[in-house]
Amino acid sequence: MIADEMTPAVSFQKVARHFGAVKAVDALDLDIAAGEFFAMLGPSGSGKTTCLRLIAGFEQPTAGTISIFGERAEGVPPYRRNVNTVFQDYALFPHLNVLDNVAYGLMVKGIGKAERLKAAEEALALVQLPGYGARRPGQLSGGQRQRVALARALVNQPKVLLLDEPLGALDLKLRENMQEELKSLQKALGITFVFVTHDQGEALSMADRVAVFNEGRIMQVGSPQEIYQRPKTRFVADFVGSSNVLPPDFVQRYAGQRRWGSLRPEAIRITRETGSDAIQARVSGVSYLGAATRLALDTEGLRLHASVPSGTAVPEQGDAVAFTFNRDAIHLMDEAP
Amino acid sequence: MSIASVTATRDAPVSAILPARGGMLGALSDLFWRRPRFLLVLMLMPPLLWLGVVYIGSLLALLLQSFFSIDEFSGLINRQFTLKTYADLLQPANFDIIVRTVTMAALVTLASIAVAFPIAYYAARYAQGRWKALFYLAVMLPLWSSYLVKVYAWKLILAKEGILTWLLAKLHLLWLLDGWLALPYVGGNSLSVSATGTFIAFVYVWLPFMILPMQAALERVPGNLVEASSDLGASPGQTFRNVLFPLALPGIVAGSIFTFSLTLGDYIVPQIIGTSRLFIGQAVYSQQGTAGNIPLAAAFAVVPIVIMGFYLWGAKRMGAFDAL
Repeated sequence: MIADEMTPAVSFQKVARHFGAVKAVDALDLDIAAGEFFAMLGPSGSGKTTCLRLIAGFEQPTAGTISIFGERAEGVPPYRRNVNTVFQDYALFPHLNVLDNVAYGLMVKGIGKAERLKAAEEALALVQLPGYGARRPGQLSGGQRQRVALARALVNQPKVLLLDEPLGALDLKLRENMQEELKSLQKALGITFVFVTHDQGEALSMADRVAVFNEGRIMQVGSPQEIYQRPKTRFVADFVGSSNVLPPDFVQRYAGQRRWGSLRPEAIRITRETGSDAIQARVSGVSYLGAATRLALDTEGLRLHASVPSGTAVPEQGDAVAFTFNRDAIHLMDEAP
Repeated sequence: MSIASVTATRDAPVSAILPARGGMLGALSDLFWRRPRFLLVLMLMPPLLWLGVVYIGSLLALLLQSFFSIDEFSGLINRQFTLKTYADLLQPANFDIIVRTVTMAALVTLASIAVAFPIAYYAARYAQGRWKALFYLAVMLPLWSSYLVKVYAWKLILAKEGILTWLLAKLHLLWLLDGWLALPYVGGNSLSVSATGTFIAFVYVWLPFMILPMQAALERVPGNLVEASSDLGASPGQTFRNVLFPLALPGIVAGSIFTFSLTLGDYIVPQIIGTSRLFIGQAVYSQQGTAGNIPLAAAFAVVPIVIMGFYLWGAKRMGAFDAL
């Protein structure tokens, strides 16, 4: 009953959620440790949001068992789970002011007015919106609404906080600020955060561990470094970090093993000299990204992306170039050819 | 490449600005585009004239009539400003009619809200595609048939020899009906000549006017607000009280304006189904017809307008329109 140190915050065992013939989540095993910042990363329709809704209790599994801090959660309605959600479009109540929105969870639990409004004020201060209580959600900017949604969830002191693409609707600058803030908030509060996103940069920069989803299954779980540097499958290499996926023939020539491989764009060096180990290529695209310039290189019927740091000479589109890379930089994937 | 080939196959326009279309219509289109307000005025003028002159005008004429009085000996209208006709409304016989009508309208509205909410909620939350079409059809279909036919149908259903009595007899529940009919105010010889019968027929004929605005209001409540409420620990009952009901309130008020005001003004349903006691609509009808007392009829007709005014004012103070 009482969870010890090792009990996972959320545990999925053979969990499936089918909608008719569509297998949104299929035979999924997953353990999320208590106090960790966990990201679920994947393209839309990969089952990551369904997983979140299974934890929140909005969906019931078709098969399998879900435990939250060791307690079985199947058949338990959302209002009996000590789990709170920050919704994608915030879902603030339009007829209540900000303070009443934040105090809502305490109000329905029967906590007295003075006490719950005080707690709501504190939660608003925590998300750096002190004094905004009297406003209506409609009078707030997107970033402010996001903070109110966060305060409304955190004021209940949940065991697990679920965040469904919480930064999706914010512009870039705000998103970067919010990423850092969420991270430090999570560290300070020690609450388990489960975070759904389709943005690999966001997942890698914020999470302690990342699960990459595709077609209702988890392709790989690991630290951001593992996911980025040692993808197990072509899908993960492709989806996380824009790695070059190398076909088995190519890998055999340069790494000696007939396996699928991946090569990060920054591992490719453009050279002028046409030495024996240099590979000839033609530049088919140049994209300026600020800190670096991304080149598309056509070689041997393959398109590879290379990242050239700013400040170095950049070839133009159509130029014939040669490139090299350290043979050790090729990462061999588990996936069979 | 492909984009170039697409543009190449078409005749490329010669200049950046195309020549005027020419003709009256072309010139008019350009004018409307430059002066959008002109088009707006042109479109709104006829309906505004109609509403302003014919509708508001006759309402004002009615209001004016209610301040005249009737000469009791000659039966002629005395066109002198007086509040005597309004004082007549407060006579017990007339005041009873007002109290009876307002009570009926309030009860019909409450019953309509109770019956309409589950239907509207289902239609807004769960019905999709074909089921939604079926819902609209089922709600609207009664509106397509004649109002009189429906009321007479109810008279037959509610009659002593009708299907309802027969059904209750089969279920051995006639004692329940007899007990109800023996009660004062709501009872009578049979349902079709009782206030209960009037109530049932009213709820039936006005129900679509409650369901449709309610459904429209519930449709605008995002589904994730219900989920958010549940997520924050609210039981379904708490979610209904704290989220669904407040957000559906504008629709409920809109629907109740229909059911309330339509009941206040109706004179056909109580005439066909119910007791011989009059409702406001019937009083207006008989005062301006057989009795020829136009001022009193006008004063009666003003009563629902005033009541609706107070009703809307109260609804606004309650915050019914805040979520709009």
